[in-house]
Amino acid sequence: MPELESATATTPTGLSGEDEALLVRLRAGHEDAFVELVDRYHAQMVRLALSFVSSHSVAEEVAQEAWLGVLKGLDRFEGRSSLKTWIFRILTNTAKTRGQRESRIVPFASLGGTDADGEDAEFDLERFHPPGDALAGHWMSPPGEWETSPEDLMLSGEVRAQIEGAMAKLGPSQREVMRLRDIEGWSSEEVCNVLELTETNQRVLLHRARTKVRQALAQYFAGR
Amino acid sequence: MAALSCHELVGVVTDYLEGALPEAGRDRFESHLAACPHCTRYLEQFRLTIAATGTLSEDVIEPAAKEDLLRVFRDWKASAAPETL
Ligand SMILES: [Zn+2]
Repeated sequence: MPELESATATTPTGLSGEDEALLVRLRAGHEDAFVELVDRYHAQMVRLALSFVSSHSVAEEVAQEAWLGVLKGLDRFEGRSSLKTWIFRILTNTAKTRGQRESRIVPFASLGGTDADGEDAEFDLERFHPPGDALAGHWMSPPGEWETSPEDLMLSGEVRAQIEGAMAKLGPSQREVMRLRDIEGWSSEEVCNVLELTETNQRVLLHRARTKVRQALAQYFAGR
Repeated sequence: MAALSCHELVGVVTDYLEGALPEAGRDRFESHLAACPHCTRYLEQFRLTIAATGTLSEDVIEPAAKEDLLRVFRDWKASAAPETL
């Protein structure tokens, strides 16, 4: 990552002060520093691993193996990415290796990060007046009102179930990108680095995923 | 510059929210919104979808898994025996 190198010429690494401090404590064998990282990332690591392997228990094993890789790699870590990105890169590499051993299709590795989800060659969920029509490009059936307040929407168990159902139907790349961005709260840069996607691919996957989930909610509210 | 159609707008909502539209595209996006209640509603629902999806987060780590990890850590520490200790 040469761009990080040049941007951080004044300090030995590109690490934040927080990462730097954690790293020092980890290298010195402080268990509380390890626990802090585990609390922060382990559950996310297991969920990410799940997109490469077949079961939750294997995903747990992968995450555990990745943590060991992190500990063993501490001395070699040069701080050219954030600690988080580095940890998750180890996780995805571990998960890919494991997924290959399981002969499972590896969604990101095998597709080079392009749109993995084939079904979207013609991506249009909503309908618009066709070109040439007087209303060309306008909504054929405009979005209906969702009769709920934003607060109720956030708290509704049914809405959550709808979202989960819609996300389960997404292709693996779209689901993973949306999960990391919109559930785990990762930045686009983090997602691109860990999943080895270009910014453009990442945005396309995210957009299609969000569009489908919004449509699922629209159908839910229309049919309620 | 040609105005953005509703059809085009829904295709670039994420680009807009990500700040990935060039300035001219952003202006076209916003002037379309100002004149179109349907797309305004669409964008609002898109944002609500993102916000509601964010409530699915759950970062619980199973106690047994944590125990395993602590064992991994202690084994590593014993074998690495950092000289700083
Ligand atoms: Zn419109």
